[in-house]
Amino acid sequence: MTGYKKWAPLIAFILLGSALTYGLAKPDTTNIRSKMIGASVPSFTLPPATAGLPGLSSSELATGKPHLLNIFASWCVPCVAEAPQLKAIADAGVPVVGIAVRDRPEALARFLARNGNPFRAIGADDASQVQMAMGSSGVPESFVIDGKGRIVSQVIGPINPQDVAELVAAVKAAR
Amino acid sequence: MIAEAGLGALWLGAALCALQLVAAILAVRGDAQLTTIVRPVAVAQAALTALAFGLLIWLFVRVDLSVALVFENDHSEKPFLYRFAATWGNHEGSMLMWVAILGVAGAAVALFERKLEERTLLATLGGQAVIGLGFYAFLLFASNPFARIYPAPPEGRGLNPLLQDPGLAFHPPTLYIGYVGLSVAFSFAIGALVTRDVGPAFARAMRPWVLGAWIFLTLGITAGSYWAYYELGWGGWWFWDPVENASLMPWLAATALLHSVTVLATRDGLRAWTLMLAVIAFSMSMVGTFLVRSGILTSVHAFAVDPRRGTFLLALLFVYIGGALALFGARVGTVREGARFDPLSREAGLVANNLLLSAILGIVLVGTLYPLIVEAATDTKLSVGPPYFNAAAGPLALILVAVLAAGPLLRWRRDHMLPLLKRVAPAAVVALVVLVAVKLAAPSIHILSLLGLALAGGLALASVAPLWQRNLRRTPLFIWGMVVAHLGVAVSLAGMACDSSFTVEKLVAARVGETVAVGPYSITFDAVEPTFGENWQALQATLLARRGEGNVLKLSPQARSYWAPPTETSETAIHTALDGQLYTVLGKEGTDGRWQLRLWWKPFVTLIWAGGALIAIGGTLALIGRLWRARRRPRELWL
Repeated sequence: MTGYKKWAPLIAFILLGSALTYGLAKPDTTNIRSKMIGASVPSFTLPPATAGLPGLSSSELATGKPHLLNIFASWCVPCVAEAPQLKAIADAGVPVVGIAVRDRPEALARFLARNGNPFRAIGADDASQVQMAMGSSGVPESFVIDGKGRIVSQVIGPINPQDVAELVAAVKAAR
Repeated sequence: MIAEAGLGALWLGAALCALQLVAAILAVRGDAQLTTIVRPVAVAQAALTALAFGLLIWLFVRVDLSVALVFENDHSEKPFLYRFAATWGNHEGSMLMWVAILGVAGAAVALFERKLEERTLLATLGGQAVIGLGFYAFLLFASNPFARIYPAPPEGRGLNPLLQDPGLAFHPPTLYIGYVGLSVAFSFAIGALVTRDVGPAFARAMRPWVLGAWIFLTLGITAGSYWAYYELGWGGWWFWDPVENASLMPWLAATALLHSVTVLATRDGLRAWTLMLAVIAFSMSMVGTFLVRSGILTSVHAFAVDPRRGTFLLALLFVYIGGALALFGARVGTVREGARFDPLSREAGLVANNLLLSAILGIVLVGTLYPLIVEAATDTKLSVGPPYFNAAAGPLALILVAVLAAGPLLRWRRDHMLPLLKRVAPAAVVALVVLVAVKLAAPSIHILSLLGLALAGGLALASVAPLWQRNLRRTPLFIWGMVVAHLGVAVSLAGMACDSSFTVEKLVAARVGETVAVGPYSITFDAVEPTFGENWQALQATLLARRGEGNVLKLSPQARSYWAPPTETSETAIHTALDGQLYTVLGKEGTDGRWQLRLWWKPFVTLIWAGGALIAIGGTLALIGRLWRARRRPRELWL
């Protein structure tokens, strides 16, 4: 084996490695329409996830007012990136409620102190039960819930800044 | 205290690993005093990681909830087996198992390897230490399994119900031993490149390690395939899922390596190529680990996958694979060219085997990463499924089988066409007869299945042909190993072809009392009743199956609902007959009182896994035969 040929494996690997680096760096945003859309939120009652905020139950989502339900966790990095957008949505008058997945109260308190708290209530979903029942497989995900407690739409992955206005309109339209 | 002791053992192990590396480098450079400490340090390091892993198992078995990992994955009311296996049913625990196996493999080399030239062995142990250090750092800085939580919660969160299967206790450790066992071959290649000592003695030293890892990989893949088959309830046994491909790719590379190392050991040929394959085999293990652990291919977004971990693993990939390939590029020119051989010879046959296996490996790698590459180029998402893999890899695999049939009948160094044709003729005749018979019996059969059956028939005869006119008692064990393993390929191929072309599938909506015919069975839908277990409830159907005038068999498939977390699973009910399996799944209830039933008759499907088991048994026979022969040559061994 002579000349440039002996370096071919290294070059092939560098190409492969670049593809992997790209895959790791680029967040995935596939949107597959959930079968849960149009269905009612599964019934659940979750205890408070952190001191100072109430827990969350499904009956509170069917009181005639639309909500934005955000499933997140303090250990999730994209959730940090999403925090300013959630704050903007809450400031626009949309009631935002949260479900914290596999989280710990003190970690969650630190997360809210650092990134701001847009939530009116956060339920603790320690074993991902409600998350799975909602048809969500990861964090963060957000659901637009209408006044009757039905799922109108689902956002998989973090909410981007350019989507805030659209999402606020969607929640307000979901009577 | 146990968790702190475990963490302490891990740090000490890492320190010894660093010492092993430094001592190995200095020893290879000629420091005679340090040569004596490299081996003991490798053994001590392995003992410490094994201790750390043992302590983690202990924490899981006694459900010490003050440890975060135990709290997140364990539950005090689980049976012993699942508390035990939950140790590696999570990221941190499985990475600790990885490092422990790596340490033990290095210690085994230090303790038992006597054939390798001393400097090459020291460089090999240095290579093993380099790999070890990176993964110790990964554990200690990004995946600490011993982290505490305070205050300790009253109860753990339990293990995903889908993982609560005896398969979890067996499948991951077997695969990991295979994956990580290949690190030894990788380190051997590094050692040989450093000392430029590549030859038959080196190949004979490396061969048992490759064989050992390959046996475990074969077992792990076979067991995993059967697990998916009965657990998922989809009736399939291979789905070309990225995680499956991650285990197949190292196996393909290791299979190629196993054959090229034989050429190096017997005929001193294929030197550079064998080193390359040794690097690729373990690189594929690491790429596979990365793909599974980073979640870049399987998950939609962050789900208990820490992006920091993916970055860390990717950095390790660049350092190890890139470093090994750079070393290869720099040094391979100085590795002397191996012996030449004729285009028609056993060596040439093995080269064909290697090229075909590598081509299939390339196809699987491209197919697995293609969605990623396309997304990078065009920003569209797509998925490459079985149509691509079957169409691209299938024909190559069949050519490989044809080469496999002829290969062991070729003579070393130089063969002649006419005598070879005479040796191959009986197998070719069998293949032709099977081809015609199957085509007449089933005219509409798919071409790949038809060729698969014909080649399986030919290979079955050709694989036992090396025993022809031999004194069976004096035939070396490794020849028996080769025969059994090659026969296993024929058996498995026949099973795959039968399953894909003769399976009868019925999806029916049936009322209780109705009878449905599936293949040779008539199945009466007798009842549906609720039933329950510890953490699930289920609807269980009673199906009475009867074949001709035979006994009535009772099958009870279930549609299960677990409540923590809420998950629905299908528990299949399978009846295994000599000539196939009856596979039944209970689906949903319709609005009109009918029930969905999925019923399959799968002729000879069990041959797929029986063949896999035969391949592993053949490997084991070959390993025992090689070690036995080495023992009988004490001078070579205890040089």
